[in-house]
Amino acid sequence: MQQRQVELAVGVFILLGIIALAFLALKVSGLSFQDSRTQTYTVVAEFNNIGSLKPRAKVSIAGVTVGQVTSIRLDPLSARAVVEMAINKDVDYLTTDSIAGIKTAGVLGEQYISISVGGAPDVLEDGGKIIDTQSAVVLEDLIGKFLTNMGSKD
Amino acid sequence: MLKHIQALGAWGLGVTAGLGRATQIWCRALFALPDFRYGPRLLIQQIYYVGVFSMIIIVVSGVLIGMVLALQGYTVLVRFGAEAALGQFVSLTLLRELGPVVAALLFAGRAGSALTAEIGLMKTTEQLVAMEMIGVDPLRRVLRPRLLAGILSMPLLAQVFNAVAIWGAVMVGVHWLGVDAGSFWSNMQSSVDFSADVMNGFIKSVVFGLVVTWIAVFQGYDAEPTSAGISAATTRTVVHSSLAVLALDFFLTAVMFGIS
Repeated sequence: MQQRQVELAVGVFILLGIIALAFLALKVSGLSFQDSRTQTYTVVAEFNNIGSLKPRAKVSIAGVTVGQVTSIRLDPLSARAVVEMAINKDVDYLTTDSIAGIKTAGVLGEQYISISVGGAPDVLEDGGKIIDTQSAVVLEDLIGKFLTNMGSKD
Repeated sequence: MLKHIQALGAWGLGVTAGLGRATQIWCRALFALPDFRYGPRLLIQQIYYVGVFSMIIIVVSGVLIGMVLALQGYTVLVRFGAEAALGQFVSLTLLRELGPVVAALLFAGRAGSALTAEIGLMKTTEQLVAMEMIGVDPLRRVLRPRLLAGILSMPLLAQVFNAVAIWGAVMVGVHWLGVDAGSFWSNMQSSVDFSADVMNGFIKSVVFGLVVTWIAVFQGYDAEPTSAGISAATTRTVVHSSLAVLALDFFLTAVMFGIS
């Protein structure tokens, strides 16, 4: 009888631990059991300057999150940043003339990619490339431009 | 002068010998053949003492720490109008650092000291010697289930601590201070990565569990067989394992999150 109570308490304890881990996995880190590779397709875009964009940054259309940045590397020939994005499979209307721009969420917020869908008849396939891109706005450059304009007016 | 150098040498030799004995005990207890006569009964009994009894202190301090984190984080973040990032702040702090470390410190105080006192008293009353006399290896019969129970219980306790602390943060942040629940959870989910944050915290807690129980069991087994010896050993357990947890935490953090 005593042994049974001990075993029961230990069972509840282990169960609570597993429930806590599941809560952390599903609710806190947002892990889903769907295989992300079959649920998304890859789109590539080249930028002159990505600012402080990081992998796992969100990709959005009209403010709605449709995917995330998977990798960022430097193309050795053009010396431009190549950003790979995983876009959800159900977003199958990214046309070939879509524009990808790097925006900032709020003043101190993280940078993310915003895609404006164009009107071309062809859509991007897996591994497709967005030609038209807008680089991140670098605050120092803006201030520099502002200062030189001020100087030229005088 | 020579006497002081000699004392230093004796101290160094003592420390090295202690480390050697600790490693020997650990290897002989863990890598010995499992005792099939008892099955998992001894282990379950020890998880009951080490894990289940630590549950109350872990849950209560978890809720309180989550609540304090939410309150402190809110007062700073609201100045920048960034109180929506509260979920991110609380969950990353807990999962990466506070959860494993505070749970391990509580575990050292609650379960480690009890293990040392128990084994130390067994040694003082010559129960361990008696066991050896009747052909039962005390390392396998007494130390091994306690070590395994510590290694198994600590990660579970740390996960419970994290989950409960995040619940406490939700109570304060969302229900009391009025942070928007949707942005609280979505900010948390977009910033927390399962393998990088949850699993690394999990690995930390396994390492802490191993180190704390190892120190506790060794101090008990190595205690001077007097009442003063047991009390000194219990103190040493808490001090040494707290220091070991904090030092190891720095190294693990440097390895896991240092280069990103």
